[in-house]
Amino acid sequence: MEYKGVWILGEQDEGRIKLVTLELLKRGRALADKRNVPLTAILLGEKIDAESLKKLGHYGADQVIVVEHPVLRYYLPEPYLNVCKVLIEKHHPEIMIASATTTGRSLMPALAVKCATGLTADCTELDIEEETGNLIQTRPAIGGNILATIKTPVHRPQMATVRPHSNKPLEPDPQRQAQIIYEKVDENLLGSRVKRIGFKANPAETASIQEADVVVAGGKGFKKAENFKMVHQLANLLNGAVGASRDAVDLGWAPYAAQVGLSGKTVSPKFYLAIGISGSVQHLAGIKTAEMIAAINNDPEAQIFQVTDFGIVADLFEVAPLLIEKLRNHLPDKEA
Amino acid sequence: MRIIVPIKQVPETTNVKMDPVTGTMVREGVEAIINPLDLYAIEAAAQLKEKFGSKIVTISMGPAKAEEALREAIAMGCDEAILLTDKAFAGADTWATSYTLAQAIRRIGEFDLILCGERATDGDTGQVGPGIAAWLDLPFATYVSKIESIQDGEIIVERMVENGYEMLSMPMPCLLTVVKEINYPRLPSLKGKIAAKQKQVAYWGTAEIGAQPNNIGLKGSPTRVVKIATPQVARFGKIVQPKDEHELNRALDELIDMLKQKAIL
Repeated sequence: MEYKGVWILGEQDEGRIKLVTLELLKRGRALADKRNVPLTAILLGEKIDAESLKKLGHYGADQVIVVEHPVLRYYLPEPYLNVCKVLIEKHHPEIMIASATTTGRSLMPALAVKCATGLTADCTELDIEEETGNLIQTRPAIGGNILATIKTPVHRPQMATVRPHSNKPLEPDPQRQAQIIYEKVDENLLGSRVKRIGFKANPAETASIQEADVVVAGGKGFKKAENFKMVHQLANLLNGAVGASRDAVDLGWAPYAAQVGLSGKTVSPKFYLAIGISGSVQHLAGIKTAEMIAAINNDPEAQIFQVTDFGIVADLFEVAPLLIEKLRNHLPDKEA
Repeated sequence: MRIIVPIKQVPETTNVKMDPVTGTMVREGVEAIINPLDLYAIEAAAQLKEKFGSKIVTISMGPAKAEEALREAIAMGCDEAILLTDKAFAGADTWATSYTLAQAIRRIGEFDLILCGERATDGDTGQVGPGIAAWLDLPFATYVSKIESIQDGEIIVERMVENGYEMLSMPMPCLLTVVKEINYPRLPSLKGKIAAKQKQVAYWGTAEIGAQPNNIGLKGSPTRVVKIATPQVARFGKIVQPKDEHELNRALDELIDMLKQKAIL
């Protein structure tokens, strides 16, 4: 059996294509170019916006395989698993990557079992080994203390999930076109014992620390719940999301959804501002792929300063109000 | 109701200190503990036991030392413990691990629910839970933050996703991986501690679980770790220690300039 081509598993929400899809296309494009093979995006959904599907070509896809059905509107383990498996058995891709989102990290392990192949979780780097064509997968492990490089030497397709927002999409090229292929799947494969019977959206501000360009996070240095509102003010001024250390979440100052670190969420914003956070290893591992990190802490020995691009050793109760004031002056139309 | 809780013994990594010079983990005094995220699965099982009179079987794959983790799980309310230990299991990746655990679960027999921690803090993959579900063809949900109800063989749960919480229903038997938000794990009770000392931990190997030798351990693992490196954590950025308000003002202006350069402001 010849396995050929690079696949990315795209994601959509209410028919709109999610950013992680474009991020994966950039990763996939680099791998496909090295292997000199086409790059295919797989999209499952109910009614996916046709214009957006076309744009996947601009972002690097050569081909888009779309499967639409009402049961595929939201991720559900069984139909997604069955559809992906059937597509793999039909087309035999050599590599399939997905985003390490709640969908990717749920679907891919089950898919790897069903396809009898290897899967590497939450990769931060992917490359091709020239001599063999093997996918070289690099990921942090043991609380971010090591970087492991992993291969799937024999089994195909080689599968990996990629840390969301650990890279940006390609600049769109309107000249690039992708071939869009709608595939039908046997109805028998579309049953689901798991039913989605409701949804509660997060309040706008906590929308998603994983998708925000800016994350302002607070720790136990704030001393009291009411002081934590400064984190919200700063996040608002910077159009960012509010994050929190494990201590702050355990103290009830922020919801678990805001927890940054290995026991919470890993984030890769353009700018991460840590205030009153000493920086446990598990926290540092969760922010490593942020583009720029700044910290405010009164302890010069705080581990957070090991990973900062800019650190201010000072009392947060002096620094934060002043920073809020300065940002307000820069953005006079902002309320916070 | 019968609940199975697979757990893992891991090195205590959450409070690990990094050596700032070498950038490596300080290993002295690192103990082996129950994967912290498994405690939430054990607690969720213990709460169901109180409500429905369930029986909880905990299983773990690992060396003989992992028996400690199983005994701790008994102290928290598990009724039976099985250690999957065999030289042939060594070096397993998540594919082979989920196969091995699934085989053991088949051997245990009938059950209603499998509760797993969302991931282990050492490997940090979160792949074994969904893997077990795939081997056993079970309906499953990951990132479960709440068990809403169990009625007439149907379970309703809340699942934490990027932009909110999904409400899902599914028939049992099924598998759930749970996140921290689901509960506050209890400390072992005195009664539990006594039980933990007295109970037998069963030892099962390849033969007992009827595993295919080609599917277990390193031999059964599709992935290979080919290199371990120490990440460069330090960014060696600028650290300022303002002595007065003037210096603090200057530091914040510099930060704001950096944000402007990055087009964040």
